[in-house]
This record gives sequence, C-alpha cells and structure tokens, in this order.
Amino acid sequence: MNLNDFLSTNSKSIPPSAIRRFFDLANEMRGQVISLSIGEPDFVTPIDIREAGIRSLEQGNTHYSPNQGFIELREAISDYMKRRFQLRYDASHEILVTVGGSEAIDLFVRAVVNPGDEVIIPEPCFVSYKSCVLLAGGIPVTIPCRQEDDFKLRPEQLQAALTPRTKLVFLGFPNNPTGAVLEKNEVEALAEVLRNQPVLVLADELYAELTYEPASHCSIAAVPGMRDRTVIINGFSKAFAMTGWRIGFACGPQELIGAMNKIHQYAIMSSPTTAQEAALVALRDGENHVVAMREEYNRRRRYVVQACRDAGLACFEPLGAFYVFPDIRPTGMTSSAFCEAFLSEEKVAIVPGNAFGDCGEGFVRISYAASMENIIKAMQRLKAFVGRCIQHD
Amino acid sequence: MEKREEILNLLERNAKLTAAEIAVMIDRPVEEVEATIASLENANIILGYRALVNWEKTVAAPVTALIEVRVAPQRDQGFDNIAQRICRFPQVKDCYLMSGSFDLMVIIEDASLKDVAMFVSEKIAPLEAVISTGTHFILKKYKMNGTEFFGQDDDPREAVIL
Ligand SMILES: Cc1ncc(COP(=O)(O)O)c(C=O)c1O
Repeated sequence: MNLNDFLSTNSKSIPPSAIRRFFDLANEMRGQVISLSIGEPDFVTPIDIREAGIRSLEQGNTHYSPNQGFIELREAISDYMKRRFQLRYDASHEILVTVGGSEAIDLFVRAVVNPGDEVIIPEPCFVSYKSCVLLAGGIPVTIPCRQEDDFKLRPEQLQAALTPRTKLVFLGFPNNPTGAVLEKNEVEALAEVLRNQPVLVLADELYAELTYEPASHCSIAAVPGMRDRTVIINGFSKAFAMTGWRIGFACGPQELIGAMNKIHQYAIMSSPTTAQEAALVALRDGENHVVAMREEYNRRRRYVVQACRDAGLACFEPLGAFYVFPDIRPTGMTSSAFCEAFLSEEKVAIVPGNAFGDCGEGFVRISYAASMENIIKAMQRLKAFVGRCIQHD
Repeated sequence: MEKREEILNLLERNAKLTAAEIAVMIDRPVEEVEATIASLENANIILGYRALVNWEKTVAAPVTALIEVRVAPQRDQGFDNIAQRICRFPQVKDCYLMSGSFDLMVIIEDASLKDVAMFVSEKIAPLEAVISTGTHFILKKYKMNGTEFFGQDDDPREAVIL
C-alpha cells in the first residue's frame, strides 16, 4: 500500500520549500552559528505577562474557553484597535481569538475561497499565504514587489492582477521579509483600485506595532469603504514577544468573522486559556514593553542597514518589522548559494530571499531579532565574506 | 529617552561599542556622540570601562566577601574619615555607608579565603573606630551588573523561522 496515493490533491499541491537544502544545513550547524535567520523576537515575553500565565495556571484555569475567546479579552482587543488604529470592532461579533495569526489567515481563506477563485498575493511575503490558498483549492496570483519601489505594492500592479475571478487580496505590511511599510496615501491608492471591485482584503498586520520613524502603520480598514470587506489579522507574537503562546486574533465584519468562527469551533475549539489570560495583561499593561523593544529593534535596524551598505550591498531602508533585505546580486551568486557559503564559511545563518517567493531571488533576509553583540559580530563577518565574493569575480 | 541616557545605557551594556557604532544606532552625528561621551567622562558620570568577568569559570576561583563594619562615628567627621581609610586598601572593591544595623559595607573581590581573613583581622578590626565586623562570603553568583550568569548560552529558538 503506497500511502502517498492516499494524500489529497490539495495537500500534494503545496510545493516543497525552495530552500530545503539550506534548512537542512542550518539545522545541522545549529548551536555553532550566529542565527540572524529567525522570524521571531529574541526577547522573552515580558515578566508581568508571563506571571499572568502562571497565575492563570495556579488558579486552575485549565478548561476550554468560549470558541470566540474570553469576552474580556475580546473587549480588550476592541479597545486596543480603537486606541491604536482608530478602528471600531464589536467585541461580541466582530472579533475572533485564534491560535496565532497563522490560524486566522487559514480560517479566513477557507471561509471565503472556492476552488478556482483567484487570490492576489504580493511577494516576497510570509510563507503561509500561498499554501493556505492552495489548500483551499484557490489559485494564487502573485505580484512581485520590487526593490525599485521600496518593495511596496503599486496600485497599477494591483489593477493589472485583478480579474473577474479575483476573490481576495492579501496585504502583508509591515512586511516579512522586506520590512516595507505602506504609508497612508499608498494604502488609499490601493483602496481606490479595489473600491469598485467585488473583492475582499486580508490585511496581515502582525507587525503593526513595529514601525520606525518616520513611518507608521496605516490599516487599509481605516480607509473609508474598506472596513466592511477587510479582515485584519493581528496577534501577540511579534509585538509582545509571545510566539510560543500561540495566540492571535482576527477583526472584521460579522458575516466573515462568523464564518471563520464556524470553522474554528470544529477545527480548534478555542485558543489556549493560559495564553488568553496572559494576552489580556499584555493589552492592558504591555505598552511600555512594546515601546522598549521597538527602541531596541530600531537601534539594531540602523546598525544592520549601515553595515550592509558598508559591506558593499545595496540595501533599501526598511521601516517596519525586524528584517533587512539587502541585494546580493553584485556577488554574482544565487541567494541560496550565498547563504549556504556564508553559513559554512562564516558561521552566520541568514535566509535566502527566494524562500519568500521567486521575486526574492537575489536578496537575503537578515533578521535583527538577535542580541546587539551577535549582530555586531555577524556584520563584521558579512563584510569580510562579501569582500571575498566580490573580489573573486 | 534622552540621547545622553541612551548612550549611557548602551555603554553600560557593552563598553566596547565605538562612538561610530553608537552614532549609527541612535541616529546622531559621530562628533556629537564623541563629545557627549567626553563630557560624561569629564563629569565623572562614566567612571571607567571594565570587563565583566565570571571568575568562577577560571582556575583561580577566588571568593567575594561582603564585610559589614560597625563604626563609632567621629566628632565632626561622621563616617567619612574612617571610610576613606578603608577605601585606601587596594583590596577594597566597593565601600558604602548603610542605613540599618551596621554602618559600612565593604566588598572584597577576587581574593582567597585566607586573604579575606587576614584583611579583616589585620587591617579592619584593629582600626580604633571599628566596633565590630561581620563577614559574609558569596557562594554563587547568579546575576551581576544586570547580567545573568546561569542563563542559556545557546539560542533556544529554532534554527530558521520564516
Ligand atoms: C507576516 C506574518 N504574519 C503572520 C505570522 C504568524 O504569526 P503567529 O501565528 O505567531 O501569530 C508571521 C510569523 O512569522 C508573520 O511573519
């Protein structure tokens, strides 16, 4: 019996990662290298948030929560969205607490995409988008965001990708892996393209708290007319350094959130009770931690951008998330060859840009979610390595 | 945060940062950072730059002692005179005037047990103003100057997260 014959067409439609070999190598060398290859905060969850989780367990709160999440948490999310982004969501019907932003992305896609529906995905982007669409039987239509455009999605590109079969548009800004942020006027221009089209928007705003002056995050849901066709995906992983707690949320109109909740209640039941109680404290008292982490990220960000440029790599200045996405084409190497050689020769792990879509080829993602000491060492090695690569040509 | 405090925080965590590196991190001209550091040094706000050493990992493995000293204050001098005399001993790393049940906290680091015993009995106890001493030895250092000594050396995260 060949078990592969039993796998569904949809599950088989997910292609293997473009950087499998690099993955294997990085895993083999784990512990011996400086890792700037990690898309999660190096900070541990702030202590008062951890204590809220401990308290929850000590009180014996080990049961399921309501499917949508505790109402206290949904109310805190509602307040937070109003306070931070001037968006109003009703805690009882328009907010769903999920197992990370990841689950929320999958739920929304499954709730709205029929087989054959086209879904527009600007790349480079977070790796789950395309797979979620394929699993739902949808057709991913990718748009390359280019370095010349500061890795922003341009309205003409969006216009050109729209067809009568388009159901949904992904908007993942601040962006993983490029660090690009869309300004208010740029979001408005994209909204203008969508205004008269019957399409929905998935706004992945996991990095909304991590923008650096002069940039600030502007949600497309804040543009008049867009709120009622947009689901915002957000969470606690990046802003509050809570990746391992597995908690996030979605905000959107009742019909969409209701459909997502229907899938969620059967697939997942509810997100972790401990994590929900900790998340509540994060929203109520965590602002100062977010500010402190953002300031530290910003110092590292400036340092890494400068170091890449000093090393001879053109590098767009990212104003969001915790990534820098320099152009390695002057070395004449592919992204994978560059990262594999850098890892073996200099013991520093960074990620090939093509992991995030074909248009990421020629670039690498450097995560500055790492200690300043390690960043400084890694950047010295980058300079030596790039120097050697360019000389060899 | 004020730029001056930001520079102090950065240097307190890593004294090896150059002015040029700090300038990039905090987005200020390097000349300004150099001038700020110079003024902090001149004002004795930055008192020095030292390595943070975990001596427990060396073969020598010397001890750290906290010596509580009770002192009879002197007329017109309070505790300053006796404190100054104690501070002049090169073995003394820190010396603080304390509130509570004793007066001076004297800290000796990187010495052998015998060195500490000799120091207390031969240098401190005989001083005429000293009424009594109580010596505590540190058994294990968990955290020093903000740095945890028992933390994981390795990054606990996965090798690659996309
Ligand atoms: C852009 C983006 N969206 C969503 C996620 C998922 O985050 P989580 O499921 O931890 O909330 C990530 C994680 O790396 C991400 O980078």
